[in-house]
Parts: sequence; C-alpha cells; structure tokens
Amino acid sequence: MIIQTLFFYLFSAITIGSALMVVSARNPVHSVLFLILAFFNAAGLFVLLGAEFLAMMLVVVYVGAVAVLFLFVVMMLDVDFVELRQGFLQYLPIGALIGFVLLAELVVVVGGWAFAPQAVGGGASPIPDLAQVSNTAAIGQLLYTKYIFFFQIAGFVLLVAMIGAIVLTLHHRIGVKRQVISEQVSRSQKVELRDVKPGQGV
Amino acid sequence: MNGIVEGYLIPGVIMVLQSLLLLVLLLISIAFILLADRKIWAAVQMRRGPNVVGAFGLLQSFADLLKFVLKEPIIPSGSNKGIFLLAPLVTVTLSLAGWAVIPFAPGWVIANINVGILYLLAISSLGVYGIIMGGWASNSKYPFLSSLRAAAQMVSYEVSIGFVLVGVLLCVGSLNISDIVMSQQTGLGTKLGLPGSFLDWYWLPLLPLFVIFFVSALAETNRPPFDLVEAESELVAGFMSEYGSTPYMMFMLGEYASICLMCAMTAILFLGGWLPPVNVAPFTWVPGIVWFVLKACAVFFMFAMVKAFVPRYRYDQLMRLGWKVFLPISLFMVVAVAAILQLTGWAP
Repeated sequence: MIIQTLFFYLFSAITIGSALMVVSARNPVHSVLFLILAFFNAAGLFVLLGAEFLAMMLVVVYVGAVAVLFLFVVMMLDVDFVELRQGFLQYLPIGALIGFVLLAELVVVVGGWAFAPQAVGGGASPIPDLAQVSNTAAIGQLLYTKYIFFFQIAGFVLLVAMIGAIVLTLHHRIGVKRQVISEQVSRSQKVELRDVKPGQGV
Repeated sequence: MNGIVEGYLIPGVIMVLQSLLLLVLLLISIAFILLADRKIWAAVQMRRGPNVVGAFGLLQSFADLLKFVLKEPIIPSGSNKGIFLLAPLVTVTLSLAGWAVIPFAPGWVIANINVGILYLLAISSLGVYGIIMGGWASNSKYPFLSSLRAAAQMVSYEVSIGFVLVGVLLCVGSLNISDIVMSQQTGLGTKLGLPGSFLDWYWLPLLPLFVIFFVSALAETNRPPFDLVEAESELVAGFMSEYGSTPYMMFMLGEYASICLMCAMTAILFLGGWLPPVNVAPFTWVPGIVWFVLKACAVFFMFAMVKAFVPRYRYDQLMRLGWKVFLPISLFMVVAVAAILQLTGWAP
C-alpha cells in the first residue's frame, strides 16, 4: 500500500504543479506542454484507482488528439507576450470567480457524498461485479444498456457540432482547379498522343 | 519492511533487468534493421548499398552511431533550447515505451496489462509530439512547416488505425494483446478444415482492414511514400533540419523503433504473433519468438520495398486517402464485422 500512496502523492503533486504552470507560464506553447504533463499524471491517478481503461482513453483522446490541436493552433499564433501579460490582472477577478464556482460545486458534491451516501447513491446504477469482469467490460455493459440513450445523444451532439463547424468553414471557391480522382480513374486505359499546335492548347 | 522487499523490491529489480535486456536486444536489432532497410533499397535500385564497414557492411550502423555521438551538437541561437533538446528524448522514449506490452512468445511480455492494445494506440498517437516540439523549437521555417504537416497527417491516420483496431477487437473480445494472439488459434481456417493454420489468422477474414492498417502504419511512422514530414525536395529535412549529432541520431532511432513497433503490431494483430503457420510437427518445434520475429521482419521487408518503389504522395492526396478512402472503408468494415459476428453467433 505504501508504494501506491507514494505514487499517488507523486502524481498529484506533479498534476497540481503543472496545472499551476499552465496558467503562469510566459509562453503559451509551454502552457500547452504543461497541460499535457497534467493530463499524463491524471492518467496515472486513474491507473492507481484501477480504472486503466479511463486512463488510456484520457491519453488517447486528450493528449493524442485534443492537445495536438491546441498545440497546432497555439504554435501558429503570433502573440506579443508582453501585451498578453498586461491583461493578466485585468482577467484575474473573472478567473478567480470561475475557479471559486468550480471549487464550491466540488465541495457540494463531495460533501453530499460524505454526509449522506445513501442519498447520492440512490441515483447510481448497479455496477457489475469488478471481481468478475474487467473495468472495460463493466463500462461497456453500463454504457450500452442503462445509459444507451444518453450515450447516443452525446454522440449526436458531437456530430451536430462537427457538421456545424464544417458548414461554417467550408467555402467552395469557383475557378480553383481540383483533382477529380473518379474522372482520372475512369478515363480509358490507352495513352493518347495529340499533336498540339503552339499557342492553341489542347 | 519484509513485505515491501518481497512484494515490490524483488519483482521491481527483475522487471528492470528484463526491460534492460529487451532494450539492448531491441537496439541491436534496430541497428541491423536500419542496415537491412538501406540494403533492400539499394538492391531495388541495383546498387550495392553500404558494404565497407565489416563483412557486407554489417557494422555500418555502429560506425554511424560512433560518428553521430562524436560530432558536436549544435543548438541554433534563436531556438527554444529546453524544448529543442526535449523533443528527441520524447520521440525515443515513446517509441521504446511501446515495447513494454509486446508479447514475443507465450508469457514473454514485460507488462501483460488488460488494456494493452489501447496502450499501444496511445503511445503511437503520442509520437507526433516529438516532431511538433522539434519543429517548433527549431525556430525555423522548414521545420515549422514540417511539424504542421506532421500534426495533421498523424492525427488523420490515427483515426483509421483506431477503427481497424476496433474491427480486430470485435473478433477477439479482449483488449489484452496476448488474448489477441491466442484468439487467432481458431478462426476461419478451423471452419475450412485446416485448424491451427495460417488461415486462422485475421489477415484473411479481415483483409481490407489488414491493408488499411499496413498503409496507415506507413503514414503514422512517416515512412515513404508518406514522408511528407521530411520531404527533402520541399522541406530540406523537415523537422530535423536544425538537428545534428546525438539529438539527430535519437530522432532517427526513435523513428526506426516505432517502425519496428508497427511491424510487431501488424504481426500480432493480423499474422498470428508467435503462432506457427501450420500446427504440425516440424513447425511446432520452432520456438514462438522465432515465428514472431520472422513475421515482424517480413512486414518490415514490405515497408522497405514500399519505400523503394512507391513515389511520394502529394499532401492533398495524402489527406484525401486518409479521410475519404480509409475512414469510410474502415468504418463500414467495423459495422459489417459487428453485424456478421452478431448474426452468425461467432461473437466472443
């Protein structure tokens, strides 16, 4: 047990430290890299909890895809770091307010759990026996039976958001030459030689 | 205290020793695989390839290692020094970390974790960070363009690799890599009357996924014909332009380690891992690790041949292939495989 405790404090300390660096780093690219470090250590905490599926999903989805896109955008920004620093105090009250709201919500949830476990546990679903199935199978059995509608609706929300983003950014400019693969492939096989007069084209 | 020594210290030391052994063997084999790559490329172009250092040039990679290590590392003055030096380390660490879950023979695996295949997916999707960080930290135009290309390319092909894995996992019913190999003992071949043969492996029933996985693996590891990231005709040497000496060598080492990892993954997912091709006497005498290494090397030979005779893709063609061809096919295959497994009752 002592090793688990040591690793728990290691992961949590690095998570908190890198989360602090995310907001205080001078360079936005460094911020994103610290964010990735925080994700990694959160994944480590999941592994300690025995939720290795969630840990891997965190790494695949957040580190492998979301943070890459963050980095992609932030790298291309041409930011004046001095100007960026000046806004820090200006936005500090709003940031502090949002942080306080999140903290209050966490306190309410955890406090409710601590004071009246039966009240919170009433809404929880029957969790499959973790001694018999792995946690991956347990998540799957819950998501695809009891929570199937919520799961599907979440998927639809994401789909709509994706289509919306594509529709907003897709512009078909006229006069741009595009490669049409189907035309190329369906052209007759034989090579054609044409005598092209100078200045006339095909 | 006794419990800690027996429970953690001794297994920990054994695991460290196993990992060191694996790393040393892996690095030595990468040296020869690199040579094999150059030799195959040369043979296709009717050249001799490296043939001076050692017999048949066998020691060429070690000579290259000495050359890289003894050179002076140069850090550009405008670069972001910390990230510039961190990037090659990230590449090498990630590509070596993936080997922790690869089973070489029954039970020959350092970490036999429940979600092994997800771990491999996560590790291979993180490989892009070394490239992005290196390209950005160089503070130079070509490396930066290269890292932008890398980000888009590797994220795109990861999607189809993910769907291919889903297709295979539907047939296996487990995320454990050893289970994936073991489930290939029975399959299509058994139903056709050849139990325990190469027809049981997933390459045959999941042939479209096999092809998609092979091509996506090429793109994921930035191998030709998808080496847009380091296209020398457009971007000098891509994200590695500003690197020299040991950091450059680490990039190259990491690249080849992840190529070998992809070959091993192909062997495990589609070619039956350590299983012999036919389950009769002379083949079953051969230890499993020999079959595994042979299969991985055969896949690497295909990688090398593709490098030798396929011209480089254009970037828009690369994106089209990933999103408009592979993604729909693999998505359809996932649905089809799930439907067939459900309707026939073969689902595990």
